[in-house]
Amino acid sequence: MIRSRPAVTAGDLAPELAQLRRRGFLTRGLSLGSLALLTGCDLSTHSGVDAALWAMLRFNDRVQAALFSRTRLAETYPASAITRPFRFNAYYPEWQVRTVPTHWHLEVAGRVADTAPWRLDKLLALPQEAQITRHICIEGWSQIGEWSGVPLHTFLRRVGADLRARYVAFRCFDGYATSLDMASALHPQTILALDFEQAPLAPEWGAPLRLRIPTKLGFKSAKNLQAIEVTNTYPGGYWENQGYNWFSGS
Amino acid sequence: MHPPRSSNRPAHPLPVRIMHWIGASAVICMILSGWEIYDASPSLPFAFPRWMTLGGWLAGGIAWHLSAMWVLFADGLAYLAYGALSGHFRRDLRPTGPQSVLRDLGAAVRFRLGHRLGHYNAVQRLLYSGVIVVICLSVATGFGIWKPVQLGWLTGLFGGYPVARGIHLAMMGLIVGFLVIHLVLVALFPRTLVAMLAPLPADPAAPETEHGQ
Repeated sequence: MIRSRPAVTAGDLAPELAQLRRRGFLTRGLSLGSLALLTGCDLSTHSGVDAALWAMLRFNDRVQAALFSRTRLAETYPASAITRPFRFNAYYPEWQVRTVPTHWHLEVAGRVADTAPWRLDKLLALPQEAQITRHICIEGWSQIGEWSGVPLHTFLRRVGADLRARYVAFRCFDGYATSLDMASALHPQTILALDFEQAPLAPEWGAPLRLRIPTKLGFKSAKNLQAIEVTNTYPGGYWENQGYNWFSGS
Repeated sequence: MHPPRSSNRPAHPLPVRIMHWIGASAVICMILSGWEIYDASPSLPFAFPRWMTLGGWLAGGIAWHLSAMWVLFADGLAYLAYGALSGHFRRDLRPTGPQSVLRDLGAAVRFRLGHRLGHYNAVQRLLYSGVIVVICLSVATGFGIWKPVQLGWLTGLFGGYPVARGIHLAMMGLIVGFLVIHLVLVALFPRTLVAMLAPLPADPAAPETEHGQ
């Protein structure tokens, strides 16, 4: 996930694009020439086509929220199906993996009754769930891994979160961020993972605490958690703000 | 068993012409943005050149793909309903036996297969009905890899996520193959392009192709 974004090329073509749209060419078929103009539309410009694409992303969020079932589970696999070696993935290369800050603790903020920070031993004392599920990357590849930790719904209830709030946001000490809709956050397979392959998380797998959510694409399973916030204000995320579909449900 | 056709019926009725061009635009957007998504993690030892892809980067490609998807889905459903209810499938696209396919294919490669606007020979019937099935499979596998949990039954039907992804790619290859043949034939018979744009009258039927199937 380290592809650089292309230089903005379509901005100065916006007037021509608007004119072409007025002629209704989008519904009348595309010539190769007009396709060459459209390939500049990559969600980073202020053209009408990019605005339409962003609107479709929001439409797809609503469709996916409607399709989502609170009880339907992601397929689970036997231990023999686990992918080895497991592929490292982040928005930076593996040699830039951050070590856990000394005196790490998990901050809790927003619409919760108890904002006291959480240390690892407190998290380890909560009920734990294990899962062997498929991690599907937005790039298309997938791999099967084993995680265990505290179900997020258990944690949210423990801190007295407002479960009718719209979003749960995650901030990470490696500069990453993401967010979930509340329904997905409360799904039984959404966990705050402490272990990977039955051992405490190593730094490259998100030490000391990561999100693992098999009902969404891989980039939603944020590593190296620092803070959790329950909120009604759309929090976005590192990739979401650049154009990855926010809901990104599986 | 259908009634005799008047000679001034259009080669392609208006709904077919409209749905053809909406569908064609959507399929081309799906293919080009699909290449952008494929390039993010190629499952075969090749990648598509950047200038051939749509979206500029992965998020742009996905935004295009999941937007054009709804256009193709709606257009496809409308076309399937129209084709089934109007008799278009039964009359025009229902594949004929292998003998007539071989006969027309032999005539085609010797450039002796005459083309009559509004009438479908055995090769056309096979190609058009085939590409409709392939596009349906590509939409179904696409939904399967988009929603492997919520539509897990569909993903399972195609052998699970990685296999469904492979089938999705293979269907793209078949559609591109169809498009190459389709565009070559349109280039050889440019009148067919006009007939898909304007209400050109159908040619009179040739007795041996109209009743001999």
